[in-house]
Amino acid sequence: MRRKGTLQRLSKVPTGIAGFDEITSGGLPKGRPTLICGGPGCGKTLFSLQFLISGAESGEPGVFVAFEETRDDLIKNVRSLGYDLESLLRRKKIAIEYVRIERAEIEETGEYDLEALFIRLSGAIQTTRAKRMVIDSVETLFAGLANTGVLRAELRRLLVWLKERGITAIITGEKGINTLTRQGLEEYVSDCVIALDHRVSEQVSTRRLRIVKYRGSAHGTNEYPFLIDDDGIAVLPITSLQLVHNASSERISTGLPWLDAMFGGTGWYRASSILMSGTAGTAKTTLASHFVEATCRRGERALMFQFEESPAQYLRNMRSIGLRLEPWLRKGLLEIQAARPTLYGLEFHLATMHRQVIKHNPSVVVVDPLSAFTGGTLDEVNAMLMRLIDFLKGRGITSVFTHLIPGGGPTDDIDIGVSSLMDTWIILSNAPPGHNGGRHLSILKSRGMPHSQEARAFELTDRGTVAV
Amino acid sequence: MTARSRKRRPERWILRLYVAGSTARGSSALRNLEEVCEEHLAGRYRIEVVDLLKQPQLARGDQIVALPTLVRRLPPPMKKIIGDLSNQERLLVGLDLRRGGPRRQGPA
Repeated sequence: MRRKGTLQRLSKVPTGIAGFDEITSGGLPKGRPTLICGGPGCGKTLFSLQFLISGAESGEPGVFVAFEETRDDLIKNVRSLGYDLESLLRRKKIAIEYVRIERAEIEETGEYDLEALFIRLSGAIQTTRAKRMVIDSVETLFAGLANTGVLRAELRRLLVWLKERGITAIITGEKGINTLTRQGLEEYVSDCVIALDHRVSEQVSTRRLRIVKYRGSAHGTNEYPFLIDDDGIAVLPITSLQLVHNASSERISTGLPWLDAMFGGTGWYRASSILMSGTAGTAKTTLASHFVEATCRRGERALMFQFEESPAQYLRNMRSIGLRLEPWLRKGLLEIQAARPTLYGLEFHLATMHRQVIKHNPSVVVVDPLSAFTGGTLDEVNAMLMRLIDFLKGRGITSVFTHLIPGGGPTDDIDIGVSSLMDTWIILSNAPPGHNGGRHLSILKSRGMPHSQEARAFELTDRGTVAV
Repeated sequence: MTARSRKRRPERWILRLYVAGSTARGSSALRNLEEVCEEHLAGRYRIEVVDLLKQPQLARGDQIVALPTLVRRLPPPMKKIIGDLSNQERLLVGLDLRRGGPRRQGPA
């Protein structure tokens, strides 16, 4: 018996929401209520549903107490995310208790309590053997019933009641004008309060998650960007920032023998990061595509983020220099993602990229171009990139980033912050007028690798990219 | 006889009172309700008392949240009155027994 003096760490329950369990070191406080608040459309209901479904799929059934949406609404809402809520309902892994309160129908006279609600919740908990519960949103009670004194007392009783039953619960609340929630629910929930926020500034939409309170647990006070996509909610960072990846000593071909030769004949390191800088028209995309082609030829998967051209246009351009990428697309080895980052904002894009990487599981990722990432301060961009590179390295992925140097500027204009994140830095330039050879390539740095110091001239021909 | 009285008085009242076990509030709600019914609906009402501790599944159908809750099932439209029904005026308003003198349309 060593109970005395041991400070028990708060146990946590995973939510299954990508990134959230990482930033909270485990999820929500076990057997306790958590308040999730935010304005309309901020993702409260989705967050709650994901928490419930993920639990139901891993041996923790749950009850969804729906004050606002009907059972059919809820099923429909998550179907687009690939969740089969109906099946979970059928197998009694989840129960939906739809509670409708119509103020117009109700007259109040004399004293009452909410015992009937407790009886209903109790029944739903019994049929599912629930360990989790979502109450979305308890504030609807305040709109439907007039006696706020009773409601507040009953709400307190409900939270205690849930704790006594060891239920890990989420209650949601609508954002108030100067308060986290309209009814001040944050006063009742002492363990964990999370605020979600959806902002649109300069036509860029960003969603943020803030951990307002998390008792007995260290948490960052930062806001974390999150996104809602086809897979539901994902909170950044999906991985934590750590320099622990194993450095691979395996070399992989750049796809061009003459370029391999510049790196001692064998190409660059696997899982390293490569920056290709150059002004417009210096064949950055082309060189990156040779690497992609070689990757697929080895039977490995490559993922390309093409931010400047449509996939069709890109493929046509590559065809014109003898690079045929279509077969790899058909085989599923190559995946091209095209979208303009400015439409969404930096964080959303990085989060989307994380998702795509996880989905496609490539060994090579190309980002063309890096300069498409704007919409934040330089520090923000760098922090984001650091996370992305870290994430890719952690998965053993070799990454190539192209970087557009604004017209005619000297190469040392490039932000040092970005380049310091890269293991290899290649500079591309157009040959000065009067010189032979259309373009020049030089290696500015390459960590841990012997490399050529000279500038190589090369040309794009209809049979590929050749050294001259 | 019953049939004839139904014909003469088509407006039959069915009132359902939801409670949980025997509580002071539940008992006083029933007492208050019976009193009003006897006075205003004598002979043409029926009160069903539903104990949710015994029949919890019934709470869902009528969307019961608070207790006690009185549901006017007939005549339509459905009405809900929550509380111990101690305020007789509000009970009458809630039941639509006091609006533009509906009492006159009563048994007489």
